Amino acid sequence: MKRITEAAQLEARYDLVIIGAGPAGQSAAIAAAGLGIATLVVDENLAPGGQIHRGITTTPVTDRAVLGADYWRGLPIAQRFLASAVDYAAGAKLFSLLPAGDEPGRHAEIELGVSIAGQARPVFAGQVIVATGAMERPFPIPGWTLPGVLTAGAAQIALKAHGLVPQGRVVLAGTGPLLLLVAAQLRAAGATITAVLDTTPAANRAGAARHVIDFLRSPYLGKGLSLLAKARGGPRRIAGVTGLRAEGEDRLRAVTFTAGGAAQRIEADVLLLHQGVVPNTVISNAIGCAHRWDDRQLCWVPIRDEWLLSSVEGVAIAGDGGGIAGAECAAESGTLAAIGAAHRLGRIDAAERDRRAAPVRAALERLGRGRGFLDALYRPAAADRVPAEDSTIVCRCEEITAGQLREAVAGGATGPNQLKAFLRCGMGPCQGRLCNLTVTEIVAQARGITPEQAGTYRLRPPFKPVTVAEIASLPQTNAAVKAVVRY
Amino acid sequence: MEADVTVIGGGLVGSCMAYGLARLGARVLVLDEGDVARRASRANFALVWVQSKGMGMPQYSAWSYASSEGWAGFAADIRDETGIDVVHQRPGGFALCLSDDEMEARRRYIERLQAQPGAPAIPYEVLDHAGTKRMLPDIGPDVVGAIYSPADGHVNSLKLFRALHVANQRRGVTYRPESVVDSIEARDGGFRITGAWGEARSARVVLAAGLGNARLAPMVGLDAPVIPSKGQVLVTEKVAPFLHYPMGTVRQTDEGGVMMGDSQEDAGFDTVVTNPVISVMAERAMRMFPLLRDLNVVRTWSASRVMSPDGFPIYAQSRTAPGAFVVTCHSGVTLAAAHALVLAPQVQAGALADELSCFSGTRFHVPQAA
Amino acid sequence: MFRRLPDSPAETLRFTFDGAALTARRGDTVASALLANGIASCRTTPAKGTPRGPYCLMGVCFECLVTIDGTGNRQGCLVALEEGMRVETQAGARRAVAP
Repeated sequence: MKRITEAAQLEARYDLVIIGAGPAGQSAAIAAAGLGIATLVVDENLAPGGQIHRGITTTPVTDRAVLGADYWRGLPIAQRFLASAVDYAAGAKLFSLLPAGDEPGRHAEIELGVSIAGQARPVFAGQVIVATGAMERPFPIPGWTLPGVLTAGAAQIALKAHGLVPQGRVVLAGTGPLLLLVAAQLRAAGATITAVLDTTPAANRAGAARHVIDFLRSPYLGKGLSLLAKARGGPRRIAGVTGLRAEGEDRLRAVTFTAGGAAQRIEADVLLLHQGVVPNTVISNAIGCAHRWDDRQLCWVPIRDEWLLSSVEGVAIAGDGGGIAGAECAAESGTLAAIGAAHRLGRIDAAERDRRAAPVRAALERLGRGRGFLDALYRPAAADRVPAEDSTIVCRCEEITAGQLREAVAGGATGPNQLKAFLRCGMGPCQGRLCNLTVTEIVAQARGITPEQAGTYRLRPPFKPVTVAEIASLPQTNAAVKAVVRY
Repeated sequence: MEADVTVIGGGLVGSCMAYGLARLGARVLVLDEGDVARRASRANFALVWVQSKGMGMPQYSAWSYASSEGWAGFAADIRDETGIDVVHQRPGGFALCLSDDEMEARRRYIERLQAQPGAPAIPYEVLDHAGTKRMLPDIGPDVVGAIYSPADGHVNSLKLFRALHVANQRRGVTYRPESVVDSIEARDGGFRITGAWGEARSARVVLAAGLGNARLAPMVGLDAPVIPSKGQVLVTEKVAPFLHYPMGTVRQTDEGGVMMGDSQEDAGFDTVVTNPVISVMAERAMRMFPLLRDLNVVRTWSASRVMSPDGFPIYAQSRTAPGAFVVTCHSGVTLAAAHALVLAPQVQAGALADELSCFSGTRFHVPQAA
Repeated sequence: MFRRLPDSPAETLRFTFDGAALTARRGDTVASALLANGIASCRTTPAKGTPRGPYCLMGVCFECLVTIDGTGNRQGCLVALEEGMRVETQAGARRAVAP
């Protein structure tokens, strides 16, 4: 392992560049290093683990029972990763990726823009594996922008990475396995939870029933049972919650909702929202990978072949960024992507590739078996994805409401890109990360079309902000000067 | 016939034509593409720019100047009709020069431009570093000087785009998105326009489809040999206002972002952003205004300008299919007022004015020298 | 808002937020240090001036933007806290300042 702490230490070219050091990125790196492939791992976090194993090598939480066995499963991966022969840039950002091509300005290999400690540099790569994982699905309720409202994942990160637990009157709300897990972890860490508001639609059980056989044969079963056991005797749990709102002027004061036909109000200092995780597709979108709408997981997923290769030549997508399947699948998919890349780089022949891939594919098959059940059981309610109230903010950055979006659609804006032009939604610093799914579904609902037809934002670099000076420091060409300096 | 005029193209050019026609009482149908389309209207630099326009065609200089003169009234009309302020400002604009060579070249250029027979006398000043710094205190030491013209300005072109849609909707313009036109036929004293979406009939048709005009124009005996010219742009996060004038290549929007442009490349329809080009633009912008250095760039983009062989607009009525007009240019923002308030009434009246005959596409049919 | 678990042995770091002297631990990010000090709101939006605070803690939402040692709009959840850091509320749009 060579740690890269400044841009000048980067090689000009690598066989393989991996974006992200979660389970998928680390596993890809381990496999690639094992095959003697010159590899760079670029990760935004300061330490390996991604979000699921966040702080795995640094966590101040020493009692292993608090974060649980699934979390600690990340430690051997991180240890093997840190012992592998790769270049590792932590706290670094990938801001651009130019696919290879013949057009003016493109190159024979993929060009990546990497920024480390305020210095930007281009790096060329034969192959790229994007392993940028998942993020929490937006949960656009009235008041979700108030200070004091965080995601459940944020509370989990605060616990894992920093040994912090929320205090005061803490309310968790939403649906999905992670919500239950966070509740259990916070309790194990000694936090007091005032209430868990469960928004899972009761009708989901019927939909999930047809997946139950797969679920019973899957590793998810054991985890689920253990979570439910931990939830027993836990905080007040209210099921069938609808109409969730966060109230307060300058910060959260209370949570209101309807349950069992009655309007209710709970005073709260911290509200932790969660309704599932979705692929973080910022990079795959911005580099032009083809995506499709996944109606089971209610999100965009990049279209990939059997080697996880996207529609952009040389770019594979491993882990939850290609579709939500969880940490263990992510690790296997990272290995699979690395094997595929090794073949494309000419390191192993097709037979060797297929031989190495066979056990990985078998593991993916086994680990992925119960996913359909979870997706169906924890499918978030339509009303929690598409705000009914016109005044609810959808684009947090530009403060654009559901009503403004619907009005613009009625005025002829056919999709997310036209809405962006008309309203600036998705144009703030988060670049639509927190609103793109909601906007797609609002358009689909308002126009009576499918989300696939409604489409999504066309993103552009930089994937994360870089300074004017950093961009100005990138190499220039005569052709580029000629394109700009004209007098 | 369901409409008096069908406008093909719902970008700034088509929307301005539709708006101008609807103001005169025409029943207008706009056929537009959908959410994903080559839309210069979503990607432009939003200048209302005059000082450097029209070398080789003084009529274009006059036309641009006239539009800039009409812009304030146009913006006021739009605001009164829609409640949307498109933030038109005309504080004057600068072409900042980063070398003596550039300064000299720009000074000579504007002199030659205005010496052309029939060119309008657009006011301008040649400023040295100190003179520039008096108006733009944040310039860096590399700025040698500038050409300043009080005729130049800028707008919020996205607000303009939306405001035109709102205004047209209120004036009863029928807007039909996702309606790519496959064919146009002159028939029964009007036009039959068809596509996968169905068909439309109208007495007149205006081709305002940007680069799509190259394909559509021959269907009605017109010429619009436009090709894409790639332009790349960067924009920063929102910053408290500090740039109170637009530059030709740097401007701060009313919302706070600082835009940096403008490159020109012949790259076909490829619209990827390339780092060497944005690097040159960022570096030059930073030399002009060193305090840009640490600002975060949050977005870059690239799009295709609609460029004719000589760079000037194409306006014409078909001889073989009267009632069919082509309107194409790469300065849909600068020319918005002229299109809505001058060109659209001529289309409504059925004939383009003689002053515009120089913009006909027939100019590209120069007979080969014997 | 958040409290620290008792078994945290890391070194204590001093920093300021809007001039107030505060402490946190090595291993904190700027955002976690604020949460641990009971600070829920760290910026106001440039669009409408409404208060915001850390939301995702994973670099996605850009709600924890703060000014750090004079540099505006930094993502607090991605910056490791250092001894003596001067952290300030990001009040609306940042200012462009001469280098």
